[in-house]
Amino acid sequence: MTTATAPEKVRLVEVTVSGAPRRGFVSRVVGKLGDGTIQVILALVALFWLMPVFGLLVSSLRDETDNNAGGWWTIFTRPAQLTLENYQGLLGNETVLKSFLNTIYITVPSTVLVVVISALAAYALSWIEFPGRAWVTTIVVGLLVMPVQVALIPVAKLFGAVGLFGTITGVVLFHVAFGLPFAIFLLRNFFTGIPRDLIEAARMDGAKEWLIFAKVVLPIGKPAIASLAIFEFLWVWNDLLVALVFADQDSAPITVALRGQLRQFGTNIDLLSSGAFLSMIVPLAVFMAFQRYFVQGVLAGSTK
Amino acid sequence: MTVSDSAVADAKGVRDGGRAPKQVVVDDPSMGRSPKLAAVFLLPAALVLAALVLYPLVYSVIRSFFDRSGDEFVGLGNYVNTFTDDRTLTAFKNNVIWVVVAPAAVTGLGLILAVLTERIKWATAFRLVLFMPMAISLFASGIIFRLVYEEDPNQGVVNAAVVGVHDLFSPSSAYPGARPRDGAPFVATPEGYTSRESFESGTAVAVPLVGFPPAQVPPQATSATAPAAGMTELRGVVWLDVSVGGRASQLDGTEKGMPRIALEAVKDGQVVGRTTSGDDGRFTFPGLPPGSYQLRLPAVNFELPFRGLTWLGPSLITPVIISSWIWIMTGFAITFIAAGLSAIPRDALEAARVDGATEMQVFRRVTVPLLAPVLLVVFVTLVINVLKIFELVFVIAPGSVQEEANVLALQMWQVSFGTGGDQGVGSALAVMLFLLVAPAMIFNIRRFRREQS
Repeated sequence: MTTATAPEKVRLVEVTVSGAPRRGFVSRVVGKLGDGTIQVILALVALFWLMPVFGLLVSSLRDETDNNAGGWWTIFTRPAQLTLENYQGLLGNETVLKSFLNTIYITVPSTVLVVVISALAAYALSWIEFPGRAWVTTIVVGLLVMPVQVALIPVAKLFGAVGLFGTITGVVLFHVAFGLPFAIFLLRNFFTGIPRDLIEAARMDGAKEWLIFAKVVLPIGKPAIASLAIFEFLWVWNDLLVALVFADQDSAPITVALRGQLRQFGTNIDLLSSGAFLSMIVPLAVFMAFQRYFVQGVLAGSTK
Repeated sequence: MTVSDSAVADAKGVRDGGRAPKQVVVDDPSMGRSPKLAAVFLLPAALVLAALVLYPLVYSVIRSFFDRSGDEFVGLGNYVNTFTDDRTLTAFKNNVIWVVVAPAAVTGLGLILAVLTERIKWATAFRLVLFMPMAISLFASGIIFRLVYEEDPNQGVVNAAVVGVHDLFSPSSAYPGARPRDGAPFVATPEGYTSRESFESGTAVAVPLVGFPPAQVPPQATSATAPAAGMTELRGVVWLDVSVGGRASQLDGTEKGMPRIALEAVKDGQVVGRTTSGDDGRFTFPGLPPGSYQLRLPAVNFELPFRGLTWLGPSLITPVIISSWIWIMTGFAITFIAAGLSAIPRDALEAARVDGATEMQVFRRVTVPLLAPVLLVVFVTLVINVLKIFELVFVIAPGSVQEEANVLALQMWQVSFGTGGDQGVGSALAVMLFLLVAPAMIFNIRRFRREQS
């Protein structure tokens, strides 16, 4: 097989080198693949991508005995094994419920704070002239890719000294800090794109900074703010590392709470799969509902 | 992205392309003029960033020069430690593997799929499906892939598929795990079970086997019967010696023969005859010249069924985790590259086609060069992401192989907060992580400056 294709590869190289309109192996293959074939291939790729999630979903709907006895694919022959038992078990599990609430208590304030603080800063960087503005902006850009690891030890010490270690407030503050550079950058880019005439007209009318910010910039900036909010929400909701370091048992979000069950993976599939799915429901719903904003948010800030 | 939002945003019409050349006009009437107010607007962000990002960065650098307790200055000792510690060196090695393999794979895959989806109507749906993993936590993705690669073929889908394909081509043995009774005159050798002594032609050899559930003996098996007397060939009977209600190594009339067991006659280490047992367990070696022979039960009879690969074991764990990362990030690459693709002027592509270029040539000579800036941004973003990889390794690698799957971010956590408890070395690792990411910082800043001017 390999020897059979080797000459084709050589020809392909020739094409790239010479640029003559001869057709290489790949191009002939692609040419022969009609759009129909491409559709089939892409459909298979999509199925392949969905399968792992589907497997987890099905596993979360089978009880412990069934999960130990055979794979999730047995539901195709025995659909009767589907049950909500695991989810009922989760709802009766106080640790999991509490951690789920903690996730909400951490995520919502973090998102709100990041949006508010970054909108203020982005406005100043966009529409107020002050010395050192370029430098401040550059620092923000530099901080975009800052790894959280550099702050884990010092902030743990700092929080310990002021009594924030192991509290939800501490976790929120850390998330806000590391969410800000991207947030400011994203909003600044959007705010600077607002037509100058609009701002100028407002100033002519004697509007003060606060008014321009609240009545002109914020309303126009809504799409960017929405993207930012969704992105930030998902980033905090999905976090494990920050909470692992800064939360204690009482303030642990669901990712940290479930992590303890990993040790016995093979025998814990019922609990882990339903717990993981519980933690995924909100992000998936947010994703489905706001996919357009989400995609823009990620496109605008994925370096984190 | 830090980085490429301009390319994408322009392409998608997200923003109105307001990145006009920087206005050097001193009297820009649209700009506010109060530095004091600017300070007020910036204050909350400045406070948080200073206290929780900038100060910690400085602290970590200083802390990395002190020992475990934080009292004694050790210079570069912690850094030396990281370069001599086996766990950390493994982490370095794995980070290199990640950086070399993963971002290139995702960028390439993303490019191919983005180009292919351009030709179909349901491109948006397709991209959405591939993008979905990005909405899920890395923790949940880790659990998903822990399940996918679970070793037991009754739980992990990959091994179920591998075993299915394997058994299609080489069916598993009929009697996995069966072996001669301990008292029987056979010894285990690499080839199988070989008799200690040699048997003269005409001998009837009793081969009692144990270690196999009677219920799994093939249905065609009949009661084992002793070989007929008075023959000249080497022969015998192989049966499942359950010995309940009978005596060990003795036929009791109810025990089943074991059909289709392969047997070999061996002389001077050479296999000189082969045969197979019948439904009642009896076998003979017809046509062997008179003499004495060793009897062998080849290992193929008793091989344990193929159970797939140990995906989550020490040797495969890093490729396995990389595959899960590819699953997560490909959607991002596709979306990003597709946005870049739609920004390529149709004219350029059409002109090339009119000039007689094939689709492949258009792709290689027009599309890819025009996309290069976007591809670079995607690649850099992915590299940064890879350097910080933590959750996937933490979740997918079982505790016993976390050492083999180790990466810097995980090692930093382990050393500082996990079992290590050495914040000096932890700080040194954090600083090194920072230094690895620093080129990307410079890349971003340069890119930003270029866009501003």
